Amino acid sequence: MDNILEVENLDIDLDGEKILENLSFKVKQGEILTILGPNGAGKSVLLKALLGFLPHKGVIRWSQKPKIGYLPQGLNQLRAKDLPLTVQDFFSLKNILPTNKEIEKYLSLVGLKGGILFKKAGSLSGGQFQRMLVAWVLISHPDVIFFDEPTTGIDIGGGETIYSLLHNIWEKENLTIFLVTHDLSIVYKHSTNVLCLSRKGHYCFGAPKETLNQKTLKQIFGTEIKLYEHH
Amino acid sequence: MLYQLFLTLISGIFIGGVAGYLGTLMLSKKMSVVAGPLAHLALPGVALALICGFSISLGAFPFVILGAILIWILEKKTKLPMENLSAIIFASGVGIALLILPIGEAEEALVGNITKITLPETLITVLLSLAVFCVVKKIYKKMMLMSVYEDLATVEGVNISLYNLLYLLSIAVVVALGVYLVGGLITAALIAIPSASAKNVSKGLLSYKISAVIFGITSAVIGIVIARFTQFPTGPLVIITNVVLFLISIIFRRKSLDID
Repeated sequence: MDNILEVENLDIDLDGEKILENLSFKVKQGEILTILGPNGAGKSVLLKALLGFLPHKGVIRWSQKPKIGYLPQGLNQLRAKDLPLTVQDFFSLKNILPTNKEIEKYLSLVGLKGGILFKKAGSLSGGQFQRMLVAWVLISHPDVIFFDEPTTGIDIGGGETIYSLLHNIWEKENLTIFLVTHDLSIVYKHSTNVLCLSRKGHYCFGAPKETLNQKTLKQIFGTEIKLYEHH
Repeated sequence: MLYQLFLTLISGIFIGGVAGYLGTLMLSKKMSVVAGPLAHLALPGVALALICGFSISLGAFPFVILGAILIWILEKKTKLPMENLSAIIFASGVGIALLILPIGEAEEALVGNITKITLPETLITVLLSLAVFCVVKKIYKKMMLMSVYEDLATVEGVNISLYNLLYLLSIAVVVALGVYLVGGLITAALIAIPSASAKNVSKGLLSYKISAVIFGITSAVIGIVIARFTQFPTGPLVIITNVVLFLISIIFRRKSLDID
């Protein structure tokens, strides 16, 4: 498989502060790359740079122009609550208008009932809203998906469901997934490679089992992390 | 006289409708109050027109459009909220005008007089209203997506800067048109109030847009008709009708929440 993305010597400064320095990694098509690191290490910044939203130095090379789906972090309901949008309206904001049938199909994929289609998006619970967003991203059939902490606000069982759902779709559709998460068990279970970022500029990159151990985790998070491997 | 009432109603319907429609977008972007400052921005233009003796509309339009473009440029440079930038532009415009122009005389631009509208003016009003309606319809959904989260719109391939410019220019045209015909105060009310009433009574996007347009048109028509048969001026009556409709919408809001 070819590399879908090559990043070489990436530097990102925001407001004069170095966020990322001399970062290099490669992603092959069909891989799941998990980006790991403490708050403030630059995970979301990296995603935004890869999406082309941020100025940077160094090389970000996509092999072809991918069709990207993006679920940003903390896109909670607060903003959406103010807007008079039903769930159906929310899907109608997309470039390609999905039919109600398609929307219902994707809603049921993420474990939501079709009946919420005409409910106000702002009246959904936090977890329901997040699931709706996952469906919102998936419905456009992207080749590459950026998920920035997709299970925020979803209960434990629900989080598992979303991840196994993503895993299923990933297996079927040859998707490339970039996933930011704090959940170490997800890293072992679902990712091809892991990229860790730390505030001090320690990076690690590779397959999770070879890359992650007590020492690297301590370097990244600055504290002892208990490691439970899932095989 | 009936002919004059007809022209007044036609322009009232178009301005009321398009202002209500545009207002729904402005409410979603928390920019409902922006029409007021922009309308005041027409004052230096109107004053200039009074001094030099050219048409008031020729004075109002360039200043409001220029104001909108300045807001657009400053937003790109500073990332401050547009609503805040409007306040800055408005204050500087009026401040400079106060120093050099007889702005007191221009104050009448804030109340306008739609009841003396001529046929060419009505035609221009209809055409500009339709043009703005088409532009707003074109940018509506993506502007809404930008209100949810700007990056989502970028991923969907929206040229955010262009959309913001079109949006601001639409506001500028409606406000300038409003200042000339119905006065700045009424334009501000026509933009801010129907969308608020519409939000109270609607559950989804389509009913929100349609009811705002209906509220805008209804209040313009009722205001104009009552003014025709009483001694009261048109503008304030349109505003009061709007407020009454808004109060009624609050009652319906309660009911719809109970059903939820």
